[in-house]
Amino acid sequence: MILLILFLTFFKIGAFTFGGGYAMLPLIQAEVLKHNWLESEKIVNFIAVSESTPGPFAVNIATYVGMELGGLPGAFCATLGVVLPSFLIILIVARLFEKFKENSVVKGLMTGLKPAVVGLIATAVLSIGKTVFFNDGFSLSVFANAKFYLSLVTFGVMLVLALKKKHPILIVCLSAAIGIAGGYAFGL
Amino acid sequence: MSRKSKIVGLFLTFLKIGAFTFGGGYAMIPLIQREICEKRKWIAEQDIMDIIAIAESTPGPIAINSATFVGYKVCGFWGSFVATAGIVLPSFIIISLISMVISQFEQLKPVKYAFIGIRAGVLALIIKAFLSMYKQCPKNTISYIVAALAFVLVAVFDLNVLLVIICSGAIGLISSLWIRRRVAK
Repeated sequence: MILLILFLTFFKIGAFTFGGGYAMLPLIQAEVLKHNWLESEKIVNFIAVSESTPGPFAVNIATYVGMELGGLPGAFCATLGVVLPSFLIILIVARLFEKFKENSVVKGLMTGLKPAVVGLIATAVLSIGKTVFFNDGFSLSVFANAKFYLSLVTFGVMLVLALKKKHPILIVCLSAAIGIAGGYAFGL
Repeated sequence: MSRKSKIVGLFLTFLKIGAFTFGGGYAMIPLIQREICEKRKWIAEQDIMDIIAIAESTPGPIAINSATFVGYKVCGFWGSFVATAGIVLPSFIIISLISMVISQFEQLKPVKYAFIGIRAGVLALIIKAFLSMYKQCPKNTISYIVAALAFVLVAVFDLNVLLVIICSGAIGLISSLWIRRRVAK
């Protein structure tokens, strides 16, 4: 049963994500959290793993969630699910290539979908921000916690590096180094 | 080149692309250009740009879309099948292996510390992705309204993400048809 649910859930995610990569994140977060498949922290951890391993984010996270829930068969069903809508749609589109290129319906849809993706990624920023800084809930005691300041400093430095177009893998590695150094220094 | 060797070539080429691109879709584009256009000359440079534009405007990961499309152009259905399998396989194998050990690793103290930093770094990466999507987005009243609505409805009112995506597409379609009719008049 879990295999079928994995397949259908990731099929839905594959069929309704436009723009690839992190455009998929809000939908994945919504589905994975709705089913209680992974904690929010684990999703964020995995984003880093995905950045540091080859391949498309969508395939990586589908394989990971599938593996966590249903072993190898689970990973297979989730990955097949996320790939299949693309595969089928492109097979159809490829036959109608020339017509599709100038299609006003497709262009019209995109004028709505592009800004929607921007708004949705902003929701992902918000929820990941919450996971990073306030994972145990909002309260004043958070501000007395060294972990909060360690995260804040790491975030600030990495944002500067990310905006300077440093490679994501470098950012993941440096963040890890700061995390380890800070963790031992503050005895977290 | 025979059909059979083309299919084998497609599979190996996309296997290589899948194994050596970090960061997905957009990182793949230069590699596809080099392998498919320059080295193998299977597809013309101009066609690749069209294919990528379509891969961006159809649902699903850009990497999968462009692999399927290029495969189809080169060798029909089986071409698209082997190209897609090729691009997915490295991810699938690598992540399956990582998943087997990640939960044990996550319990280690230094790894826990590392992930405190890494999660903060990921937040920075997502903000960067947000900014680059914002740059690509058309800047007009309708698109600001759609972006703001999508954010508020999901973040504040916890509305279904899928519903928001479908409605945004519909708003875009209706508004662009309406603008077109006004221009026509």
